[in-house]
Amino acid sequence: MRGLKRGSVAIVGAAESELGLCAPGTTPIDLMAQATMRALEDCGLKLSDVDAVFSASTQTRYPTLALKEYLGLELQYHDNSHIGGASFMTHVAHAMMALEQGLCKVALVTYGSTQRSVSRAMASPREHNPYETPYSPFLPSTAYAMAAARHMHQYGTTREQLAQVAVSAREWALKNPVAWEKTPLSIQQVLDAKMVSYPLSVRDCCLVTDGGGAIVLTLSERARDLRKKPAYVLGVGEALSHLNISNMPDLTQTAASRSGPLAFEMAQLSVKDVDLAMLYDAFTINTILFLEDLGFCPKGEGGRFVEGGRISPGGALPVNTNGGGLSYCHPGMYGLMLLIEATRQLRGECAERQIGNCEVALAHGNGGVLSSQATVVLSSHV
Amino acid sequence: MSAFNLHNESPLGIYQQFCEEGHLAYQETPSGQAVFFPRVVSPMNGERLSWKISKGEGKVYSTTVIYVKGLEPYNVALIDLDEGFRMMSRVEDMPAHEVSIGMRVKMKMIKDKDGKALPVFVKGETL
Repeated sequence: MRGLKRGSVAIVGAAESELGLCAPGTTPIDLMAQATMRALEDCGLKLSDVDAVFSASTQTRYPTLALKEYLGLELQYHDNSHIGGASFMTHVAHAMMALEQGLCKVALVTYGSTQRSVSRAMASPREHNPYETPYSPFLPSTAYAMAAARHMHQYGTTREQLAQVAVSAREWALKNPVAWEKTPLSIQQVLDAKMVSYPLSVRDCCLVTDGGGAIVLTLSERARDLRKKPAYVLGVGEALSHLNISNMPDLTQTAASRSGPLAFEMAQLSVKDVDLAMLYDAFTINTILFLEDLGFCPKGEGGRFVEGGRISPGGALPVNTNGGGLSYCHPGMYGLMLLIEATRQLRGECAERQIGNCEVALAHGNGGVLSSQATVVLSSHV
Repeated sequence: MSAFNLHNESPLGIYQQFCEEGHLAYQETPSGQAVFFPRVVSPMNGERLSWKISKGEGKVYSTTVIYVKGLEPYNVALIDLDEGFRMMSRVEDMPAHEVSIGMRVKMKMIKDKDGKALPVFVKGETL
């Protein structure tokens, strides 16, 4: 984004809350508070150091007020911006602005959801749209299914190629001790799984889990004195497209084709410099669309790009090394989890799933029904 | 300037009234650009919109079959109308999985479960 300074801030602390399925009565704010304390422990800062909070939630209308109350925060700045799952990439951009301008010194971005415990219908009720709801689309899946169908029609993408995305995610998840899925998955199993909204089977769709996370950001000068190696924010880009899928101009081209170039321009890097791509995989088609729209392959080639394990462990391009929303954890809005994994890979903390020479990591968030797109480029050095 | 007095009428209310009379309505800008869903003013430039009746003919832009426990699999599709707007609807009177992208369709006004008029589509003539 123009007006922000490349490398001015860094992610200094990153942590997940408990993931998967939590005890009855657990609230989203419980998860945020737990992740916050873990992220502060990670960087060696105290709760009283936090003077800005950024959050978004579908379960609690005023998450920043809830956090202020629950944790007793003394806030100089706060931001409740909500564009769906990409909100947290936006929060990084907004935290960058606030830190650069001296509006705050320690920015906390946090999220939590109990959507598995309380059901997705309870955690994220759909808004009524008089021009869509009467036709009973099964949203969000139906929207992504129609994007996949259109991509198959225009570019010859196959269900097997979509399935490969789920299989690669599962292979990474098997290397992540906290991933929800624990057993191998084959392309045939994805194809044979219960159909949700054609061409997407249940294995083409993200998990429904509880979970949360937190990251802490400071100015880069301060970051260097903290406990862990900073993940410098080199570039951020946001692009809004539409709210409802019937108003998306081209179902095969997302606004990542705008957010990506904005982030790369600011970072003074190109897609060739990216060692790790964390792409918001709410559905298998997402990974294919974002590989294309961010420039990892030409438009229409995403299906062929993922074939043969290219994004699997040992493949040419590591993608979603935590196991992704498809196999690791998907607590309703997943963007923050991408930033946490990117930070850990840059630090070299990922044990069995650690990739080699990770110096530049891209975290790409998606929100709504391919509605909002936001890209963050992180690096282990400025 | 908006032509609406929202005390008296709403874009949705007018659209639904057209539906009850058997018509699929959309809006048009002064330069002839089709606009859907109905709104108070034109996007981009805030111009006044006029109402038009669609011929109800178009083609399938994308399509899916939805599987819900206890229901027969059903179709939801995005339809590109010949006048230049897109809407969500269903293609009915044929097996849901036989609805294909690019297929010509024409509008059929049905009643939904609450008795309200609802435009859906059926297979149409090939142009």
